[in-house]
Amino acid sequence: MNRQAAFWIIALLALIALPFVHRDPYHLHVLVLILIWSFAYTSWSIMGRFGLVSLGHGGFMGIGAYVTALLWNHLGVSPWIGIPVSMATAGVLALIVAYPCFRFRITGHYFVLVTLALSGIVLQVITATRDYTGGSLGYTPQRAQSGKGLLALQFDDKTTWYLIALAVWVVGLVIWRAIDRSMIRHAMEAISEDEDAAAAAGVNVTAEKLKITLISALMTALSGALYCQYQMFISPDTVSGIAVSLQMVFAAIVGGVYVALGPTVGAVITIVLAEVLRISFGTKAVGWDNLVYGVLLVLFIIFLPKGILGSVIDRIKSPRKPLRGHEQQTVPIARR
Amino acid sequence: MQSFLDIFDIYLLEAVINGILLGGVLALLALGLNLIFGVIDVTWICYAELVMIGMYGMYYLVQVFHLPYWAAAPLVILLVALLGAALHFFVIAPLLTAPPINQLLATGGVLFILQSFATVAFGIDFRNLGIRLPVLALGEMNFSYARLLSFAAALIGMVCVYLFLTRTFTGTAIRAIAQDRQIMPLMGVDPKRIYLVTSAIGGGLAGLAACLLVLQYDVHPFVGLSFGPITFLICVLGGLGNFIGGFIAAFVFAEIISLGGLFSDLEWGYVLAFAFFIVMMFIRPAGLLARRS
Repeated sequence: MNRQAAFWIIALLALIALPFVHRDPYHLHVLVLILIWSFAYTSWSIMGRFGLVSLGHGGFMGIGAYVTALLWNHLGVSPWIGIPVSMATAGVLALIVAYPCFRFRITGHYFVLVTLALSGIVLQVITATRDYTGGSLGYTPQRAQSGKGLLALQFDDKTTWYLIALAVWVVGLVIWRAIDRSMIRHAMEAISEDEDAAAAAGVNVTAEKLKITLISALMTALSGALYCQYQMFISPDTVSGIAVSLQMVFAAIVGGVYVALGPTVGAVITIVLAEVLRISFGTKAVGWDNLVYGVLLVLFIIFLPKGILGSVIDRIKSPRKPLRGHEQQTVPIARR
Repeated sequence: MQSFLDIFDIYLLEAVINGILLGGVLALLALGLNLIFGVIDVTWICYAELVMIGMYGMYYLVQVFHLPYWAAAPLVILLVALLGAALHFFVIAPLLTAPPINQLLATGGVLFILQSFATVAFGIDFRNLGIRLPVLALGEMNFSYARLLSFAAALIGMVCVYLFLTRTFTGTAIRAIAQDRQIMPLMGVDPKRIYLVTSAIGGGLAGLAACLLVLQYDVHPFVGLSFGPITFLICVLGGLGNFIGGFIAAFVFAEIISLGGLFSDLEWGYVLAFAFFIVMMFIRPAGLLARRS
């Protein structure tokens, strides 16, 4: 156990030291993107691993990004306040939609489609209020005057952003671990196996589901806000809507939703793949990355529902041993 | 004041009628999806993308190969029907015993594939058939022939499916299997074949919708996203697998979109429709026509 802790600390120190050793701005840019998206995918998986498959997370991310940017541009509210406000907004919305869902036992297909409607609403509202949000043309937070970068949470320095994104990503993993070790996890696993049985065993089904949804929505909004502050440009298509929701689901599944680093592996694969295709084929590559994603997603769901990292860990822990019946049951994203 | 009301009413009436016309096409889309859900118990998230491929098919047949519209349409319907069958054979069939969410996500992958295939193969330009149908002026109201034609064709398509389901052996088997998955194989019906046929019919309906939608809208790789979500919501609102519920819900949604668009931007019509959907989910979680148990 100590060796394991030491390994993680060394790995973390290496990650912190990286930008001071390797200063290539492009590589740092890709790393920051990977970290921010990893955090978003991790947020999705916190819910997704318990069979609460949401396609509404594009909506939460959009709220995080747009509320922060709108408060800054129109009211001059610093993102330091704007980000908590945007997270609270996403949280309230999540509760408004999720509470009746859980109360009335809307699960499976129906839950997916209700959350799909949620991300649809956010996308359409952003597009419809184009006088304020710029509509589908996108939106740019105003540049802060020089010297006020900290107040506006705008940094030109990639290293700063790298460290911020790294910190947030680590926090995401810590939250994952905390949930993994808490009672919520056991309650949620019981619920995803059989809601009625869990309720009969004394689990407050609605409350537990709400807790996990709230945590997930807050984290997703934060990732949206971070993305906005880093890229300094957001458009409805890149931070909200169904495409973004599906992208989260895809990356999380490819990496593996049942292990803490799975979504991160998913983010590394998707972003590196997109960048490699973009560099080697240039503008001809438009669309190819998604084509590969789609094929991978289908193949993974059919052949490797535990994701790359999940399968690799399984293989290491029990080499060439067929899955035991119990394990097999915890494989799929959702249980009947 | 009186004259103001007159104008207002005419616009209102025009919006209501346009809503009904839109509802026809939406009902057609919802029927295809409902059929597949009712029989195979799978949600094709990529359904609207099949329509998009069909719209491209129409564009190429009509604009590039210069086929007349009426000759291109059956070819496209056949093409999309084949696509539907292929989708079932390659993606859904291996996942039949997997949890429903996995099937849904796999078709989400197909959505990515079709969208990016269209981007790669056809580019991201907006294209249209170049057919401009005249506008029918009725009093002070204007209706496009494209919409009237779509509405009529959608109704005919739905009637054909209805007749097929009630009057033929295969149709009866499809309905039977939707009712009881376990018993029908014992009665000598091969579920695999029925699933394939159903997928082909669902695809064919998407193809028909493509032929109609391409008259009204430009086609581009992301066109599916503009009416795909609404189709799912209609199906859920009507109760997944419930044909009549889907039919009614399509018109309810179309009216909300059309009337919402009358009073404000079209996007607000969609926002209203989505919000209405979420509220309805809480009032009637199992669909419009479901009895509360």
